[in-house]
Amino acid sequence: MSDVLWVPKKTAPPWADGFQETPAGRIPRVAVAWGKAEQRGRRLCRWSNAFRMSYTVDPGLYAAGNPSPESPVLVTANYKLSFDLLRRELPGIDAWILVLDTKGINVWCAAGKGTFGTGELLRRLQSVKLAEVVSHRRLVLPQLGAPGVQAHVVKQESGFAVDYGPVRAEDLPAYLRAGRKATPEMRAVRFGWKDRLELTPMELLPALRRYPWLLLGLFLLFGLQPQGILFRPALAGGWSFALLGLAAILTGSFLVPLFLPCVPFRSFALKGWLAGAVLTGAFLALRWGALSGNLFLVVLAAAFFPAASSYLALMFTGTTVYTGLSGVQKEMRFALPLYIAALAVTAACAVLAVLRYWGLL
Amino acid sequence: MKYLEDVVTLRYQAEACTGCGRCLEVCPRGVFVRSNGKVALTDPALCMECGACMSNCPEGALTVRAGVGCAAAVLNGLLRGGEPSCDCSGDSGSSNCCG
Ligand code: SF4
Ligand code: SF4
Repeated sequence: MSDVLWVPKKTAPPWADGFQETPAGRIPRVAVAWGKAEQRGRRLCRWSNAFRMSYTVDPGLYAAGNPSPESPVLVTANYKLSFDLLRRELPGIDAWILVLDTKGINVWCAAGKGTFGTGELLRRLQSVKLAEVVSHRRLVLPQLGAPGVQAHVVKQESGFAVDYGPVRAEDLPAYLRAGRKATPEMRAVRFGWKDRLELTPMELLPALRRYPWLLLGLFLLFGLQPQGILFRPALAGGWSFALLGLAAILTGSFLVPLFLPCVPFRSFALKGWLAGAVLTGAFLALRWGALSGNLFLVVLAAAFFPAASSYLALMFTGTTVYTGLSGVQKEMRFALPLYIAALAVTAACAVLAVLRYWGLL
Repeated sequence: MKYLEDVVTLRYQAEACTGCGRCLEVCPRGVFVRSNGKVALTDPALCMECGACMSNCPEGALTVRAGVGCAAAVLNGLLRGGEPSCDCSGDSGSSNCCG
Protein backbone atom coordinates (compact mmCIF):
# COMPACT_ATOMS: atom_id res chain seq x y z
CA MET A 1 0.00 0.00 0.00
CA SER A 2 1.16 3.51 -0.63
CA ASP A 3 1.63 6.12 2.04
CA VAL A 4 -1.03 8.27 0.45
CA LEU A 5 -3.80 7.74 2.92
CA TRP A 6 -6.79 7.96 0.67
CA VAL A 7 -7.10 8.72 -3.01
CA PRO A 8 -10.65 8.62 -4.33
CA LYS A 9 -10.66 6.43 -7.41
CA LYS A 10 -12.42 7.54 -10.60
CA THR A 11 -13.26 4.05 -11.76
CA ALA A 12 -15.02 1.63 -9.49
CA PRO A 13 -13.24 -1.61 -8.60
CA PRO A 14 -14.87 -4.72 -10.11
CA TRP A 15 -16.48 -5.66 -6.81
CA ALA A 16 -18.14 -2.27 -6.39
CA ASP A 17 -21.58 -1.41 -7.70
CA GLY A 18 -21.33 2.34 -7.68
CA PHE A 19 -20.29 5.28 -5.59
CA GLN A 20 -21.62 7.16 -2.63
CA GLU A 21 -21.13 10.86 -1.98
CA THR A 22 -20.00 11.74 1.52
CA PRO A 23 -18.97 15.02 3.15
CA ALA A 24 -15.44 13.71 2.81
CA GLY A 25 -15.68 12.82 -0.87
CA ARG A 26 -16.91 10.09 -3.17
CA ILE A 27 -16.37 6.53 -1.98
CA PRO A 28 -17.04 3.15 -3.65
CA ARG A 29 -20.17 1.24 -2.72
CA VAL A 30 -19.36 -2.45 -2.40
CA ALA A 31 -21.43 -5.22 -3.91
CA VAL A 32 -22.39 -7.62 -1.16
CA ALA A 33 -22.79 -10.70 -3.33
CA TRP A 34 -19.80 -12.87 -4.15
CA GLY A 35 -19.00 -13.61 -7.76
CA LYS A 36 -16.68 -16.16 -9.34
CA ALA A 37 -13.64 -13.99 -8.62
CA GLU A 38 -14.28 -14.05 -4.87
CA GLN A 39 -14.79 -17.82 -4.81
CA ARG A 40 -11.63 -18.34 -6.78
CA GLY A 41 -9.70 -15.91 -4.59
CA ARG A 42 -10.74 -17.72 -1.46
CA ARG A 43 -9.62 -21.07 -2.85
CA LEU A 44 -6.28 -19.72 -4.01
CA CYS A 45 -5.63 -18.12 -0.62
CA ARG A 46 -5.74 -21.52 0.95
CA TRP A 47 -3.29 -23.09 -1.47
CA SER A 48 -0.84 -20.42 -2.49
CA ASN A 49 1.29 -18.23 -0.24
CA ALA A 50 2.30 -15.95 -3.06
CA PHE A 51 -1.30 -15.30 -4.08
CA ARG A 52 -2.45 -14.79 -0.51
CA MET A 53 0.22 -12.23 0.21
CA SER A 54 -0.74 -10.04 -2.71
CA TYR A 55 -4.51 -10.31 -2.26
CA THR A 56 -5.32 -6.83 -1.04
CA VAL A 57 -7.86 -4.05 -1.21
CA ASP A 58 -7.09 -0.33 -0.88
CA PRO A 59 -7.36 1.00 2.67
CA GLY A 60 -10.04 3.63 3.17
CA LEU A 61 -13.77 4.07 3.57
CA TYR A 62 -16.41 2.11 1.67
CA ALA A 63 -20.20 2.04 1.69
CA ALA A 64 -22.38 -1.05 1.98
CA GLY A 65 -26.03 -0.52 1.05
CA ASN A 66 -27.13 3.08 1.54
CA PRO A 67 -25.47 4.15 4.75
CA SER A 68 -26.62 7.32 6.52
CA PRO A 69 -24.74 9.33 9.14
CA GLU A 70 -26.34 7.09 11.76
CA SER A 71 -25.18 3.80 10.19
CA PRO A 72 -22.64 1.62 11.96
CA VAL A 73 -18.96 1.71 11.04
CA LEU A 74 -17.38 -1.73 10.58
CA VAL A 75 -13.60 -1.86 10.69
CA THR A 76 -11.54 -4.52 8.91
CA ALA A 77 -8.14 -5.30 7.41
CA ASN A 78 -7.03 -4.74 3.82
CA TYR A 79 -6.54 -8.45 3.19
CA LYS A 80 -9.03 -8.97 0.39
CA LEU A 81 -10.41 -12.18 1.85
CA SER A 82 -11.13 -10.49 5.21
CA PHE A 83 -12.89 -7.72 3.31
CA ASP A 84 -14.86 -10.19 1.15
CA LEU A 85 -15.92 -12.31 4.12
CA LEU A 86 -17.22 -9.15 5.78
CA ARG A 87 -19.14 -7.70 2.83
CA ARG A 88 -20.70 -11.07 2.05
CA GLU A 89 -22.54 -10.86 5.38
CA LEU A 90 -24.04 -7.46 4.67
CA PRO A 91 -27.07 -7.95 2.37
CA GLY A 92 -29.80 -5.65 3.68
CA ILE A 93 -27.44 -3.87 6.07
CA ASP A 94 -26.51 -0.24 5.57
CA ALA A 95 -23.05 0.32 6.96
CA TRP A 96 -19.72 2.02 6.48
CA ILE A 97 -16.68 -0.19 6.07
CA LEU A 98 -13.39 1.24 7.25
CA VAL A 99 -10.44 -0.70 5.84
CA LEU A 100 -7.16 -0.34 7.73
CA ASP A 101 -3.79 -0.75 6.06
CA THR A 102 -2.54 -4.05 7.47
CA LYS A 103 -0.16 -4.72 4.56
CA GLY A 104 -2.59 -7.26 3.16
CA ILE A 105 -2.59 -9.40 6.29
CA ASN A 106 -5.72 -10.69 8.02
CA VAL A 107 -7.04 -9.11 11.20
CA TRP A 108 -5.76 -11.71 13.66
CA CYS A 109 -2.18 -11.90 12.40
CA ALA A 110 -2.04 -8.15 11.81
CA ALA A 111 -3.26 -7.49 15.36
CA GLY A 112 -0.45 -9.71 16.64
CA LYS A 113 2.05 -7.65 14.67
CA GLY A 114 0.40 -4.39 15.66
CA THR A 115 -0.42 -3.27 12.11
CA PHE A 116 -4.10 -3.70 12.87
CA GLY A 117 -3.68 -1.36 15.80
CA THR A 118 -4.44 1.83 17.65
CA GLY A 119 -2.02 3.95 15.60
CA GLU A 120 -3.27 2.90 12.18
CA LEU A 121 -6.89 3.17 13.30
CA LEU A 122 -6.42 6.73 14.55
CA ARG A 123 -4.61 7.74 11.34
CA ARG A 124 -7.30 6.18 9.17
CA LEU A 125 -10.15 7.85 11.09
CA GLN A 126 -8.48 11.16 10.33
CA SER A 127 -7.71 10.51 6.69
CA VAL A 128 -11.26 9.47 5.75
CA LYS A 129 -12.70 12.28 7.93
CA LEU A 130 -15.01 9.82 9.61
CA ALA A 131 -16.11 12.38 12.17
CA GLU A 132 -17.70 14.35 9.29
CA VAL A 133 -19.22 11.32 7.62
CA VAL A 134 -21.08 9.92 10.63
CA SER A 135 -22.94 11.70 13.39
CA HIS A 136 -22.33 9.06 16.08
CA ARG A 137 -19.02 8.19 17.72
CA ARG A 138 -18.91 4.40 17.77
CA LEU A 139 -16.91 1.81 15.85
CA VAL A 140 -17.35 -1.93 15.48
CA LEU A 141 -14.01 -3.73 15.40
CA PRO A 142 -13.57 -7.45 14.84
CA GLN A 143 -12.86 -9.10 18.17
CA LEU A 144 -9.76 -10.80 16.81
CA GLY A 145 -8.27 -7.35 16.20
CA ALA A 146 -8.28 -6.62 19.93
CA PRO A 147 -4.67 -7.71 20.65
CA GLY A 148 -3.41 -4.80 18.54
CA VAL A 149 -5.85 -2.18 19.81
CA GLN A 150 -6.22 -0.26 23.04
CA ALA A 151 -9.89 0.66 22.99
CA HIS A 152 -9.58 3.21 25.80
CA VAL A 153 -6.76 5.02 23.97
CA VAL A 154 -8.79 5.14 20.74
CA LYS A 155 -11.63 6.75 22.70
CA GLN A 156 -9.33 9.25 24.38
CA GLU A 157 -7.59 10.27 21.17
CA SER A 158 -10.46 10.30 18.69
CA GLY A 159 -13.67 10.36 20.68
CA PHE A 160 -14.77 7.14 18.98
CA ALA A 161 -15.83 4.35 21.33
CA VAL A 162 -14.83 0.83 20.31
CA ASP A 163 -17.28 -2.07 20.36
CA TYR A 164 -15.75 -5.42 19.63
CA GLY A 165 -17.96 -7.40 17.28
CA PRO A 166 -18.01 -11.17 16.97
CA VAL A 167 -14.98 -13.31 16.09
CA ARG A 168 -16.53 -14.44 12.81
CA ALA A 169 -18.07 -12.15 10.18
CA GLU A 170 -20.97 -14.56 9.75
CA ASP A 171 -22.26 -13.59 13.20
CA LEU A 172 -22.16 -9.88 12.46
CA PRO A 173 -25.80 -9.46 11.31
CA ALA A 174 -27.07 -11.20 14.45
CA TYR A 175 -24.73 -9.12 16.59
CA LEU A 176 -25.97 -5.87 15.06
CA ARG A 177 -29.63 -6.95 15.29
CA ALA A 178 -29.16 -7.75 18.97
CA GLY A 179 -28.02 -4.18 19.59
CA ARG A 180 -24.32 -5.01 19.52
CA LYS A 181 -24.57 -7.91 21.90
CA ALA A 182 -22.46 -11.01 21.26
CA THR A 183 -23.29 -14.42 22.66
CA PRO A 184 -20.44 -16.38 24.30
CA GLU A 185 -20.32 -18.58 21.16
CA MET A 186 -19.76 -15.52 18.97
CA ARG A 187 -16.88 -14.50 21.25
CA ALA A 188 -15.01 -17.81 21.14
CA VAL A 189 -12.59 -19.01 18.48
CA ARG A 190 -13.65 -22.31 16.98
CA PHE A 191 -11.40 -25.15 15.96
CA GLY A 192 -13.68 -28.00 14.95
CA TRP A 193 -13.25 -30.72 12.33
CA LYS A 194 -14.20 -28.52 9.45
CA ASP A 195 -11.88 -25.71 10.53
CA ARG A 196 -8.98 -28.10 10.92
CA LEU A 197 -9.64 -29.77 7.59
CA GLU A 198 -9.62 -26.38 5.87
CA LEU A 199 -6.34 -25.44 7.51
CA THR A 200 -4.30 -28.59 6.89
CA PRO A 201 -3.19 -27.65 3.34
CA MET A 202 -1.28 -24.78 4.94
CA GLU A 203 0.99 -27.28 6.67
CA LEU A 204 0.86 -30.16 4.25
CA LEU A 205 1.98 -28.29 1.14
CA PRO A 206 5.26 -26.90 2.50
CA ALA A 207 6.04 -30.31 4.00
CA LEU A 208 5.46 -32.04 0.67
CA ARG A 209 7.72 -29.52 -1.02
CA ARG A 210 10.57 -30.91 1.06
CA TYR A 211 9.79 -34.50 0.11
CA PRO A 212 12.19 -34.54 -2.90
CA TRP A 213 15.10 -34.01 -0.47
CA LEU A 214 14.07 -37.14 1.38
CA LEU A 215 13.92 -39.02 -1.93
CA LEU A 216 17.39 -37.80 -2.78
CA GLY A 217 18.69 -38.99 0.59
CA LEU A 218 17.11 -42.39 0.13
CA PHE A 219 18.47 -42.63 -3.39
CA LEU A 220 21.97 -42.08 -2.06
CA LEU A 221 21.45 -44.40 0.90
CA PHE A 222 20.32 -47.33 -1.20
CA GLY A 223 21.99 -46.57 -4.51
CA LEU A 224 25.52 -45.86 -3.31
CA GLN A 225 27.47 -48.97 -4.23
CA PRO A 226 31.19 -49.60 -4.45
CA GLN A 227 30.80 -49.32 -8.26
CA GLY A 228 29.09 -45.92 -8.06
CA ILE A 229 25.50 -44.80 -7.72
CA LEU A 230 23.27 -47.50 -9.15
CA PHE A 231 19.64 -46.95 -10.02
CA ARG A 232 18.36 -50.50 -9.66
CA PRO A 233 19.36 -51.14 -6.04
CA ALA A 234 18.27 -47.61 -5.17
CA LEU A 235 14.80 -48.40 -6.40
CA ALA A 236 14.67 -51.93 -4.99
CA GLY A 237 15.80 -50.87 -1.51
CA GLY A 238 14.39 -47.36 -1.39
CA TRP A 239 10.79 -47.63 -2.53
CA SER A 240 9.40 -48.81 0.80
CA PHE A 241 11.24 -46.08 2.71
CA ALA A 242 10.00 -43.53 0.21
CA LEU A 243 6.43 -44.62 0.92
CA LEU A 244 7.08 -44.56 4.65
CA GLY A 245 8.41 -41.02 4.31
CA LEU A 246 5.28 -39.91 2.48
CA ALA A 247 3.12 -41.57 5.13
CA ALA A 248 5.11 -39.88 7.91
CA ILE A 249 4.51 -36.48 6.30
CA LEU A 250 0.79 -37.18 5.92
CA THR A 251 0.67 -38.35 9.53
CA GLY A 252 2.37 -35.29 10.98
CA SER A 253 0.84 -32.62 8.75
CA PHE A 254 -2.59 -34.00 8.02
CA LEU A 255 -3.78 -36.88 10.21
CA VAL A 256 -2.60 -35.58 13.58
CA PRO A 257 -3.99 -32.07 12.93
CA LEU A 258 -7.29 -33.50 11.68
CA PHE A 259 -7.72 -35.95 14.57
CA LEU A 260 -6.15 -33.56 17.06
CA PRO A 261 -8.52 -34.14 19.99
CA CYS A 262 -8.39 -37.94 19.54
CA VAL A 263 -4.60 -38.27 19.61
CA PRO A 264 -3.30 -38.69 23.18
CA PHE A 265 -1.19 -36.00 24.93
CA ARG A 266 -1.59 -32.24 24.87
CA SER A 267 1.89 -31.64 23.53
CA PHE A 268 1.92 -31.47 19.73
CA ALA A 269 5.44 -32.88 19.56
CA LEU A 270 4.35 -35.92 21.56
CA LYS A 271 1.15 -36.36 19.54
CA GLY A 272 3.17 -36.37 16.34
CA TRP A 273 5.86 -38.63 17.69
CA LEU A 274 3.33 -41.17 18.93
CA ALA A 275 1.48 -41.27 15.62
CA GLY A 276 4.77 -41.51 13.71
CA ALA A 277 5.97 -44.29 16.01
CA VAL A 278 2.80 -46.33 15.44
CA LEU A 279 3.23 -45.86 11.70
CA THR A 280 6.92 -46.79 11.74
CA GLY A 281 6.25 -49.77 14.01
CA ALA A 282 3.67 -51.11 11.58
CA PHE A 283 6.07 -50.55 8.70
CA LEU A 284 8.92 -52.38 10.42
CA ALA A 285 6.65 -55.30 11.29
CA LEU A 286 5.52 -55.56 7.66
CA ARG A 287 8.97 -55.28 6.18
CA TRP A 288 10.84 -57.22 8.83
CA GLY A 289 11.85 -59.96 6.40
CA ALA A 290 13.60 -57.51 4.11
CA LEU A 291 15.15 -55.37 6.85
CA SER A 292 16.29 -57.78 9.51
CA GLY A 293 19.49 -58.41 7.57
CA ASN A 294 20.56 -54.80 8.12
CA LEU A 295 19.56 -53.64 11.57
CA PHE A 296 21.10 -50.21 10.98
CA LEU A 297 18.19 -49.51 8.62
CA VAL A 298 15.75 -50.50 11.36
CA VAL A 299 17.34 -48.10 13.85
CA LEU A 300 17.44 -45.39 11.19
CA ALA A 301 13.72 -45.76 10.48
CA ALA A 302 12.87 -45.81 14.18
CA ALA A 303 14.89 -42.64 14.81
CA PHE A 304 13.96 -40.61 11.77
CA PHE A 305 10.33 -41.11 10.84
CA PRO A 306 8.63 -40.63 14.23
CA ALA A 307 10.79 -37.53 14.75
CA ALA A 308 9.73 -36.21 11.34
CA SER A 309 6.03 -36.67 12.15
CA SER A 310 6.60 -35.06 15.52
CA TYR A 311 8.29 -32.01 14.00
CA LEU A 312 5.53 -31.53 11.44
CA ALA A 313 2.80 -31.87 14.07
CA LEU A 314 4.59 -29.31 16.24
CA MET A 315 4.60 -26.89 13.30
CA PHE A 316 0.81 -27.10 13.25
CA THR A 317 0.77 -24.97 16.43
CA GLY A 318 1.17 -22.02 14.04
CA THR A 319 -2.22 -22.76 12.57
CA THR A 320 -4.17 -23.64 15.70
CA VAL A 321 -6.17 -21.12 17.65
CA TYR A 322 -5.45 -22.26 21.18
CA THR A 323 -1.69 -22.72 21.56
CA GLY A 324 0.14 -19.96 23.42
CA LEU A 325 3.72 -18.79 23.13
CA SER A 326 4.85 -20.14 26.52
CA GLY A 327 3.59 -23.64 25.79
CA VAL A 328 5.20 -23.76 22.36
CA GLN A 329 8.49 -22.55 23.80
CA LYS A 330 8.36 -25.23 26.43
CA GLU A 331 7.74 -27.90 23.79
CA MET A 332 10.52 -26.56 21.64
CA ARG A 333 13.02 -26.62 24.50
CA PHE A 334 12.34 -30.32 24.98
CA ALA A 335 11.87 -31.33 21.40
CA LEU A 336 14.63 -29.51 19.57
CA PRO A 337 17.56 -31.39 21.22
CA LEU A 338 15.72 -34.65 20.57
CA TYR A 339 15.22 -33.79 16.89
CA ILE A 340 18.91 -32.99 16.59
CA ALA A 341 19.78 -36.29 18.31
CA ALA A 342 17.42 -38.16 15.98
CA LEU A 343 19.11 -36.58 12.97
CA ALA A 344 22.54 -37.53 14.31
CA VAL A 345 21.44 -41.14 14.84
CA THR A 346 19.92 -41.15 11.36
CA ALA A 347 23.13 -39.93 9.76
CA ALA A 348 25.27 -42.39 11.70
CA CYS A 349 22.99 -45.30 10.84
CA ALA A 350 22.95 -44.31 7.18
CA VAL A 351 26.74 -44.50 7.03
CA LEU A 352 26.81 -47.79 8.95
CA ALA A 353 24.04 -49.28 6.80
CA VAL A 354 25.97 -48.47 3.62
CA LEU A 355 29.15 -50.02 5.04
CA ARG A 356 27.08 -53.03 5.95
CA TYR A 357 25.83 -53.55 2.34
CA TRP A 358 29.33 -53.27 1.12
CA GLY A 359 30.29 -56.09 3.44
CA LEU A 360 32.70 -53.91 5.38
CA LEU A 361 30.85 -54.42 8.67
CA MET B 1 -9.35 -28.15 23.54
CA LYS B 2 -6.68 -27.16 25.98
CA TYR B 3 -2.95 -26.79 25.60
CA LEU B 4 -0.23 -27.38 28.21
CA GLU B 5 -0.94 -26.80 31.93
CA ASP B 6 1.07 -24.43 34.12
CA VAL B 7 2.87 -22.48 31.45
CA VAL B 8 0.50 -19.57 30.91
CA THR B 9 1.89 -16.16 31.92
CA LEU B 10 -1.45 -14.40 32.45
CA ARG B 11 -1.66 -12.42 35.74
CA TYR B 12 -4.71 -10.64 37.11
CA GLN B 13 -4.55 -8.00 39.83
CA ALA B 14 -8.00 -7.82 41.37
CA GLU B 15 -7.16 -4.62 43.32
CA ALA B 16 -6.80 -2.66 40.07
CA CYS B 17 -9.91 -4.08 38.42
CA THR B 18 -13.02 -1.90 38.17
CA GLY B 19 -15.19 -4.58 36.63
CA CYS B 20 -15.64 -2.71 33.34
CA GLY B 21 -16.04 -6.00 31.49
CA ARG B 22 -13.73 -5.20 28.59
CA CYS B 23 -11.68 -8.38 29.09
CA LEU B 24 -14.83 -10.51 28.80
CA GLU B 25 -15.54 -8.80 25.51
CA VAL B 26 -12.14 -9.37 23.92
CA CYS B 27 -11.02 -12.78 25.19
CA PRO B 28 -11.54 -15.41 22.47
CA ARG B 29 -10.98 -18.27 24.91
CA GLY B 30 -13.56 -17.58 27.61
CA VAL B 31 -10.94 -17.11 30.31
CA PHE B 32 -12.91 -14.48 32.28
CA VAL B 33 -16.23 -14.54 34.13
CA ARG B 34 -17.92 -11.86 36.17
CA SER B 35 -17.54 -12.24 39.90
CA ASN B 36 -18.61 -9.83 42.65
CA GLY B 37 -18.39 -6.71 40.52
CA LYS B 38 -14.96 -7.72 39.28
CA VAL B 39 -13.80 -10.67 37.20
CA ALA B 40 -12.37 -14.10 37.92
CA LEU B 41 -10.36 -16.51 35.78
CA THR B 42 -12.14 -19.71 34.80
CA ASP B 43 -9.12 -21.77 33.80
CA PRO B 44 -5.83 -20.04 32.98
CA ALA B 45 -4.74 -23.04 30.87
CA LEU B 46 -7.34 -21.94 28.29
CA CYS B 47 -5.40 -18.72 27.68
CA MET B 48 -3.49 -18.57 24.39
CA GLU B 49 -1.52 -15.47 25.36
CA CYS B 50 -2.90 -13.31 22.58
CA GLY B 51 -2.63 -10.18 24.70
CA ALA B 52 -6.08 -8.80 23.85
CA CYS B 53 -7.11 -8.46 27.49
CA MET B 54 -3.89 -6.75 28.48
CA SER B 55 -3.98 -4.14 25.71
CA ASN B 56 -7.65 -3.35 26.31
CA CYS B 57 -7.82 -3.29 30.10
CA PRO B 58 -8.03 0.40 30.93
CA GLU B 59 -6.76 -0.17 34.48
CA GLY B 60 -3.69 -2.23 33.65
CA ALA B 61 -5.03 -5.03 35.82
CA LEU B 62 -4.01 -7.74 33.36
CA THR B 63 -0.55 -8.71 32.20
CA VAL B 64 0.54 -11.51 29.93
CA ARG B 65 3.61 -12.20 27.84
CA ALA B 66 1.82 -11.88 24.55
CA GLY B 67 3.08 -13.56 21.42
CA VAL B 68 2.37 -16.05 18.71
CA GLY B 69 2.00 -19.67 19.77
CA CYS B 70 3.63 -20.83 16.58
CA ALA B 71 6.48 -23.34 16.54
CA ALA B 72 7.94 -21.99 13.31
CA ALA B 73 8.14 -18.52 14.84
CA VAL B 74 9.69 -19.84 18.05
CA LEU B 75 12.24 -21.83 16.04
CA ASN B 76 13.04 -18.74 13.96
CA GLY B 77 13.70 -16.83 17.16
CA LEU B 78 15.91 -19.57 18.57
CA LEU B 79 17.97 -19.94 15.41
CA ARG B 80 18.42 -16.20 14.90
CA GLY B 81 18.86 -15.53 18.59
CA GLY B 82 16.04 -13.01 18.84
CA GLU B 83 12.40 -12.85 19.77
CA PRO B 84 10.04 -15.37 18.23
CA SER B 85 9.22 -13.85 14.89
CA CYS B 86 6.42 -14.71 12.59
CA ASP B 87 7.50 -14.75 8.98
CA CYS B 88 4.35 -16.03 7.45
CA SER B 89 2.93 -12.73 6.45
CA GLY B 90 -0.19 -14.23 5.06
CA ASP B 91 -2.42 -16.52 6.94
CA SER B 92 -4.96 -19.04 6.73
CA GLY B 93 -7.96 -17.24 5.41
CA SER B 94 -9.96 -19.69 7.39
CA SER B 95 -13.32 -19.14 8.92
CA ASN B 96 -11.46 -18.42 12.15
CA CYS B 97 -9.91 -15.33 10.71
CA CYS B 98 -13.07 -13.59 9.67
CA GLY B 99 -11.52 -10.19 9.36
S1 SF4 C 1 -10.72 -5.10 31.55
FE1 SF4 C 1 -9.47 -4.79 33.38
S2 SF4 C 1 -10.67 -3.43 34.66
FE2 SF4 C 1 -12.06 -4.19 33.09
S3 SF4 C 1 -13.02 -5.99 34.05
FE3 SF4 C 1 -11.25 -6.76 32.94
S4 SF4 C 1 -9.57 -6.75 34.42
FE4 SF4 C 1 -11.20 -5.49 35.28
S1 SF4 D 1 -4.25 -13.26 26.59
FE1 SF4 D 1 -5.92 -13.59 25.14
S2 SF4 D 1 -6.60 -15.68 25.54
FE2 SF4 D 1 -5.37 -15.07 27.30
S3 SF4 D 1 -6.86 -14.29 28.74
FE3 SF4 D 1 -6.11 -12.53 27.60
S4 SF4 D 1 -7.56 -12.31 25.93
FE4 SF4 D 1 -7.90 -14.35 26.79
